[in-house]
Amino acid sequence: MTSPAPSPSRGAPAPGLGRPIVDARGLWKRYGPLAVLKGVDLSVAERELVFIIGPSGSGKSTLLRCLNRLEEPDDGSIHVDGIELLSPRTDINAARRRIGMVFQSFNLYPHMTARQNVMLALRKVLRQDRAQAEAVAARALERVGLAERMDHFPAQLSGGQQQRVAIARAIALEPRVMLFDEPTSALDPELVGGVLNVMRELRQDGMTMVVVSHEMAFARAAADRVVFMADGEKLEEGPPAQIFGEPRHERTRAFIRQIDRH
Amino acid sequence: MGGFENFLFSFFNLKVMATYLPLIAQGLGLTIVLALLIVVSGLALGLGLAMLRACGIRPLNWLIIFTVDLFRALPPLVIIVLLFFGLPAMGLGMSSFAATWLSLTLVLMAFAEEIYWAGITAVPKGQWEAARSTGLGFFQTLRLVVLPQALRITIPPLTNRTIAITKGTALGSVVGVAEILGASQSAMSFSANPSPLTLGAIAYLVLFIPVVALGRWVETRFAWKR
Repeated sequence: MTSPAPSPSRGAPAPGLGRPIVDARGLWKRYGPLAVLKGVDLSVAERELVFIIGPSGSGKSTLLRCLNRLEEPDDGSIHVDGIELLSPRTDINAARRRIGMVFQSFNLYPHMTARQNVMLALRKVLRQDRAQAEAVAARALERVGLAERMDHFPAQLSGGQQQRVAIARAIALEPRVMLFDEPTSALDPELVGGVLNVMRELRQDGMTMVVVSHEMAFARAAADRVVFMADGEKLEEGPPAQIFGEPRHERTRAFIRQIDRH
Repeated sequence: MGGFENFLFSFFNLKVMATYLPLIAQGLGLTIVLALLIVVSGLALGLGLAMLRACGIRPLNWLIIFTVDLFRALPPLVIIVLLFFGLPAMGLGMSSFAATWLSLTLVLMAFAEEIYWAGITAVPKGQWEAARSTGLGFFQTLRLVVLPQALRITIPPLTNRTIAITKGTALGSVVGVAEILGASQSAMSFSANPSPLTLGAIAYLVLFIPVVALGRWVETRFAWKR
């Protein structure tokens, strides 16, 4: 709360969008001698969809995981919806309610049905009573197209359905921003579309989203801004047309050539 | 008397058995009480230690690991004898029953802690991350997400360990606890005939076959669809 207002020069959100929901400055993360993030800035405006791309090991997942402090940065600052995440006075559990996260491997609780997966945090974090949590969970599962599968256990669902339950689990808490960490990488190709459709609908509903993914077609069509990372640094960023059409940096060009071949 | 009649007279002497049946039934009751106390306190303490260990406070974890290794390494009988004969020398006398209870509880605690711990670490890290990312705290995550999964995979090894340790109640006979074996040995001395031992063996079967069956039932009951 005490830090200065975000300057528009660094990691600027696309123009015409709202105030920044996420504002990360100078993030450093080291594992022993290896620096995975080297002073990265990232600002995400309200209702903006930012795509982070880059070769594996570029630090894009680490950056994303810093944004809800699943990964503890060594240096820098992160504001999410005005809250300084790295301050020792911040109640991280309260802050995380506002930050939804979707993982590559879904991470549904295997001992709970789809609906129970969604209800857990509603009951235990938001302290909703059972009836209310059931209703909210049912609505969230409807939104991802799984109203018929509410009482199924994760093992009885396809990968794509599991990932949609995971999205429902996150959006049921009405987060201010959603983080997607390679949400379709573990899916069979024919199941990817369903998950991307849900993400597209979220975007249409005005959800602020940060997505680490290799779904370049989706990035081209849906992203407001694409960030290219390599070796723990943000090499360039801009609207998808620019990053995919006329990348300035040689590494970006090489990466996009390689991805497009597939 | 022929060899077989001799055998029957020694080990299946119905008269002796009838005389000492009440004594051994009492021993069975005592074994059940002792076993229940050990199982409840040992499993609870083991779970408590495993949960403490999950907090990841390093000096505390060294202490836990040291304690657990100590009680896994020492033969249970040595602990019983030490507690029963050693502690009075320090002015801390305890009954033979208490010494047996405490010793076997500590041993079960140690083995159970390792089993629970293995279960906790077997739950994928992604489960922690998913729960924490929704705003659940450390202990909420441990209790609501991780332990339910960990406990299911620990049921078979815990059942085995529980059966093994409750059979260890027979060690109490060494310090004079009148549990099944202790009662059988007394009866054997009084009657100068080993038939009470046969009764004792039957008493153990009566006690443990249901326990083994219960363990099997619990294993299937708590398996979930994968």
